[in-house]
Amino acid sequence: MAGNGNGQEPVLVVIQLTGGVDFMNTLVPYTNGAYHDARPAVGIKPDEVLPINDTLGFHPSAARLKDLYDDGKVAVVQGIGYENSSRSHFRGMDIWHTCEPDKISTQGWVAKVIRELDPDSENPLTCVSFGRGLPRALAAPGVTATSVGDLDNYGLMTDAEIEQERAEDLELFKRMYTPAVGAGVVTDYLGQTGRDALAGADVLKQAPARYTTNVEWGANPIAKSLRDVARVHTAGLGTRIFYAQHGGYDHHSHELPNLSRLLGELTGAISDLQQDLREHNAADEVTFLVFTEFGRRMKDNGSGTDHGSGGGAYIIGEHVAGGLYAEYPPLDPADWLNSEDLRHTIDFRGIYGTVLEQWMGIDPVPMVGGSFEQIRPYTKTLVGA
Amino acid sequence: MADEQLALMAHLLRRAGAGASREELEEYAKRPYEEVVEDLLHPERFPEPDEDLIRRYCPTLTNADTPIIWAGHWIYRMVNTRRPLEEKMALFWHHVLATGWFKAEHASSMVAQIQMFRENGLENLRTILTDVSKDPAMICWLDNCENLATASNENYGRELLELFSMGIGGYTETDVKMAARAFTGWTFQQPIPLYPYGQFPSQFEYHEDEHDDSEKTFLGHSGRFNGEDVIDIIVQQEATARFISRHLYNFFVADEPQVPAWSVTPPQDPEAVETLVRAYFDSDADMRSVMRTLLTSDFFRAARFKRVKSPAEFVAGTLKLSGELRAPEPAVGELGDVAAAMGQKLYDPPSVEGWHTGKEWIDGGTLIERVNFAVSHLRDVSKPGPRAIVERLSEGGGPVGPDDFVDRCLDLLGPLEVSAETRAALLEFAQDGGDLRFNSKKARRSSEARVGRMLGLIAAAPEYQFA
Repeated sequence: MAGNGNGQEPVLVVIQLTGGVDFMNTLVPYTNGAYHDARPAVGIKPDEVLPINDTLGFHPSAARLKDLYDDGKVAVVQGIGYENSSRSHFRGMDIWHTCEPDKISTQGWVAKVIRELDPDSENPLTCVSFGRGLPRALAAPGVTATSVGDLDNYGLMTDAEIEQERAEDLELFKRMYTPAVGAGVVTDYLGQTGRDALAGADVLKQAPARYTTNVEWGANPIAKSLRDVARVHTAGLGTRIFYAQHGGYDHHSHELPNLSRLLGELTGAISDLQQDLREHNAADEVTFLVFTEFGRRMKDNGSGTDHGSGGGAYIIGEHVAGGLYAEYPPLDPADWLNSEDLRHTIDFRGIYGTVLEQWMGIDPVPMVGGSFEQIRPYTKTLVGA
Repeated sequence: MADEQLALMAHLLRRAGAGASREELEEYAKRPYEEVVEDLLHPERFPEPDEDLIRRYCPTLTNADTPIIWAGHWIYRMVNTRRPLEEKMALFWHHVLATGWFKAEHASSMVAQIQMFRENGLENLRTILTDVSKDPAMICWLDNCENLATASNENYGRELLELFSMGIGGYTETDVKMAARAFTGWTFQQPIPLYPYGQFPSQFEYHEDEHDDSEKTFLGHSGRFNGEDVIDIIVQQEATARFISRHLYNFFVADEPQVPAWSVTPPQDPEAVETLVRAYFDSDADMRSVMRTLLTSDFFRAARFKRVKSPAEFVAGTLKLSGELRAPEPAVGELGDVAAAMGQKLYDPPSVEGWHTGKEWIDGGTLIERVNFAVSHLRDVSKPGPRAIVERLSEGGGPVGPDDFVDRCLDLLGPLEVSAETRAALLEFAQDGGDLRFNSKKARRSSEARVGRMLGLIAAAPEYQFA
């Protein structure tokens, strides 16, 4: 098995879908009467779905995901959620980020993993997030995660027009951020952070230069972010966790056209990433985890769906045993949570735990705050778990 | 070489406002320090920013779904207000009485809360705590709307004591329960949903039938207390004076550890806190009086560059120096995103503890955002602030030698005090190109570009991160 020049250390790509994806319209229970009764306005018609069995089918725009599924590379986690699911996007996302449903925490689960992977903060690129600003999942005191808005223009003082001048300015920057011994705790910290940022940017800028591809990537934001994942991963910079975000799933209105576009972009980008990694002989070590903060209400509102619970997640990769995991939430109205929501059937922390323990080889208990039921979605692992 | 009076004014305005342009500093420096402080303490002496004008350029403010555009609006006000301390006190109370938008997702309530802090931020602590206890955004945030005589919810009662006044340790669990019971029935009128009607404000309501009017014992006092009585008792506590004084010290004077550590880590300057506590009791908890004591104290005057700028201070302060955004324009709305990328979403703190301050503002991602923002706004000599610096340096046509070049730029962007390492790096750059000259078109062009780069380097320096 070839690698990416970086040995065979397992790599996790987290893809956050922001806004609350309508799980029932992504993996559609197309033969179920209760589904069609609840969704007169935004239901997907039985003849439109891409069936995977006698009762479930993917949204018609998710054809690229269906291909990967048929290829046995997609584990669908049905009914993922947690007790008393928050209907606030922000609190809900916070709970997924910190694994703390009952209190506010400042420690993200990914940040704890970074600390575990790189306890002495030796590589500022251990975790790379695409998009401006760090999600709470990646934040914890003393943990470095690199946040890249634009990989092609990443770094300090990037709007300098003359490359030679920029190089000189960065050299002076480094000197200014190298304080004298005994300059004080804050100054030392600031200096270290500045030098780390500079070093990370310096290494990261090699990635675009080394990369070539045959994949014709889309021009939308998620394609751009996942192409950046491909560029950085194939450059072999020691990144173990990538984080990407795809927003816009809050479909209170006009759900049909909007969800269709987003799922087309998303599943195309995921499929392109898998293809690109394969062509670079760099897919073996990678697993993707795709999640959203909550699912949506059973009944539509005439144009869209309101915030609900019981969503879906996806684990995708070369060594995934494709198929359906956990139970699809019960659809009979008598079983609806609070008479209006999908009931979750597996706790999200168990799915984080699955990926951490079985793929990354890390004890998940301290990362996700306890032991939760896991699934078995891998045919083999790199860590002998 | 910096003029001491000017440097002191720059310090005062960085702390009691969002900084000041050089021209403003020179005007301030002509007047006695105490007189300038008195003006800052009396915002009503100056006109308010023209809200109608701002709204013409940012019409989405009227029906904002999220408060991010309001965050930009606030930064615009910080830059342009003639009442700097009014905005700074609002930011202080937003930080201490931290209410997040994300729970209710009702932007207009948050906007109303911040406007309330502008209006009462320098009043008596009793007034501020009473007002915030009646504030719909706060009531919803800490669930006081679910605090009923028949089923009390302790969330607000607890945080009022722990985070808003006394700090952990000065009260018992029974006091929390009693405080919660005193605030039963303090609720708000449910706002009309945003969709499809648009934003409607929410209002405080007192539901007497949901209030627990029974006898309560709170911090050693007994009576049939209502919320105002509890606040009155809280405001008289030594612990409250000490806790609020430490917050003021952390926000206006020098970075302290984060709030949860306060019960175990003493203040770095106990005497300073003691001085503020005395001012608090001498004035019966009048914030204007306490702030007067703080701003005119020796410990304040001496505490230059002892705080890491918050993102809001960083963005607004940089625009003060670059001379941009002196009139409203659609770009105002983007400023909220800029501060958010640096880790501070105004109107939406991450939790009731507010933001972590000091060095916790800085990580690899936020430092890059900060440096790039400051450099791009201060290196461009076509912007009014850098332009004015070029004009000053070119008076007389030069030449300006390397040492002068460094020192005058540090002076005009601050005055900033820098480490030996920073000064050596800047001097090396200055020496590389020789003297600045403005006596020919070609010399002027090259010298202007070098001034821009120097200003960019100073904006990138670690010292620029501090207020």
